[in-house]
Amino acid sequence: MRKWFEPLSSAWVGVVTHKLRSFLTILGIVIGVAAVITLMSIGRGAEAEIISRIETLGSDLIFIRPGATMMGGVRGAIGGANTLTLEDATAISEEVPYITSMAPSYSTSLQLVVGGQNMNAQVTGTTPEYQQAYNLEVAEGAFFSEYDYQRGAKVVVLGSSVKDTLFEGADPVGQQLRMGRNIVRVIGVLESKGASLMGSTDDAILIPLTAMQQMVAQPRTSQGERVVSSIALTVSDEEQASYVTDEITSLLRSRHQLGPGMDDDFSITSMEEIASMLSEAIGTMTLLLGAIAAISLLVGGIGVMNIMLVSVLERTREIGIRKALGARERDIWGQFLIEAALLTLAGGIIGVATGWVVSMGVSRTGLMTTVVSADIVLLAVSVSVGIGLFFGFYPAWNASRLNPIDALRSE
Amino acid sequence: MIQLQDITKVYPMGKRELTVLRGVSIHIEQGELVAIMGPSGSGKTTLLNIIGCLDKPTSGSYYLEGREVSRLSSGELAGIRGQKVGFVFQTFNLLPRLSALANVELGLRYSGGGNHHRAMEALDKVGLSDRANHRPTELSGGEQQRVAIARALAKDPPLILADEPTGNLDSHSGEVVISTLTTLHTEQGITLIVVTHDANIANHCQRIIQLKDGQVVAEEAV
Repeated sequence: MRKWFEPLSSAWVGVVTHKLRSFLTILGIVIGVAAVITLMSIGRGAEAEIISRIETLGSDLIFIRPGATMMGGVRGAIGGANTLTLEDATAISEEVPYITSMAPSYSTSLQLVVGGQNMNAQVTGTTPEYQQAYNLEVAEGAFFSEYDYQRGAKVVVLGSSVKDTLFEGADPVGQQLRMGRNIVRVIGVLESKGASLMGSTDDAILIPLTAMQQMVAQPRTSQGERVVSSIALTVSDEEQASYVTDEITSLLRSRHQLGPGMDDDFSITSMEEIASMLSEAIGTMTLLLGAIAAISLLVGGIGVMNIMLVSVLERTREIGIRKALGARERDIWGQFLIEAALLTLAGGIIGVATGWVVSMGVSRTGLMTTVVSADIVLLAVSVSVGIGLFFGFYPAWNASRLNPIDALRSE
Repeated sequence: MIQLQDITKVYPMGKRELTVLRGVSIHIEQGELVAIMGPSGSGKTTLLNIIGCLDKPTSGSYYLEGREVSRLSSGELAGIRGQKVGFVFQTFNLLPRLSALANVELGLRYSGGGNHHRAMEALDKVGLSDRANHRPTELSGGEQQRVAIARALAKDPPLILADEPTGNLDSHSGEVVISTLTTLHTEQGITLIVVTHDANIANHCQRIIQLKDGQVVAEEAV
């Protein structure tokens, strides 16, 4: 205990007697650590936010869209072709395992009229499993049921912003509205979820696909299958997402009679895949930012080394005295090493505090969420102590090697 | 206690060599009070540094308490300095940032077991226990040198080496320092070797060794 106390306290005395110099020495470390903490917390915050967005959509979601239209060799937008059909969805349900919900949907633009309100809106005809596939909560009323679907009931479920536009705060459940030439009844309103990667369900107007088929003519392919705009499905296990994706690909390729060497006429995106891609990309960005910040730590470390060398020179006589009193090389070495580590530890702690305050400030602005995690704090502090030990090593070694007689003679 | 046989010390000075000691042989008994005198450049301090294990001889052998120490590593020599030798310097060599007491404690730090109590005791022996918390700059030269003596004394070494201990002091302070040293010698039986120019001090000693040009030219009992 005592063995450690004396070098610690003499190191402390060394730091305190040169307050300004010590402060300037560790300023590099402070700035470096603060930068690492701030940038990493912003990166982690962005990652956490994206992951939570994906969670709200459901990370077990797989989304199939038709491929691009081909007009005389010119490729159009993905989703434009009429290649995906209701029959495809049925075949997938029957032949691919691990599928827990299946929601083929067909969207088209229809005119809606409620009282004096009149708007053109994208209406989506789908199955009741749409609710499970997109992880939707119902705020008022209910989602349409399997029974509604079977009998083609003309009932709709509205997204929260559609409800606000059409009903202006009035309770819409049970109300009727005109959709094209038909009258439909509102049976539910969705909980607001905000924007997500697949567009916002707040703008959705959902109706059983069977009811939709009575109101508009659903296009058919040349084989007579009924075209859908997209198919959303969920899997029981996120781990199986890539297997399910492969199975669906080969099933659809054979159904669409695509020979080897022909491009898919559909595209499959799994949330799992998007999530891991995004978080990997952000992780890389975060690391890059951290690495740039770490360069300032390195510069700070060189500053520490510089000052430690000066300090050793300045205290040559003290080293001589200690050696005459019986200090061994390792005693002197330890003393200066501890002093360097103490300096950078202090720098690390002040840096963490500064970085913390800055990232709280960033959070406050509302532009970005930040997450200061314990592992980064620990890493930053131990890296700064490590820098002290690394850059203090040479000066301390220099000090320990001094010849006691020469050291005593120095002024 | 101390046996030097044919000790030489040569310093390389660029291409030339500077021979400081040319075959010094001395024998000093336990409990003796010896003065080493001689003109500047005669090798007094070098000899004292070798006796104190701060420096190694170029050739010759040195037995300290029966142990040959002239070929030991620097770490082993540091250990001997910590255990056996107390130094008193002309320029006091106290650490200016530490209190008198802390300076004395520093003398105990590298000799293994040191505590507050022993440091206070040593300060008491040199009559400065009431100045324990003063820094060196708040003490007179004579007081500083007595703190340095307390520092050398605290670890209870068999050997104390003083290099011109009164060289930076006025005659009154010098006398106090000398009487402090001689009292310690008589009361505690410590072996004391003093390098000095001052014949007055030498007269307090039992034996005077005269050095000139790196050789012992005379040894006389007082």
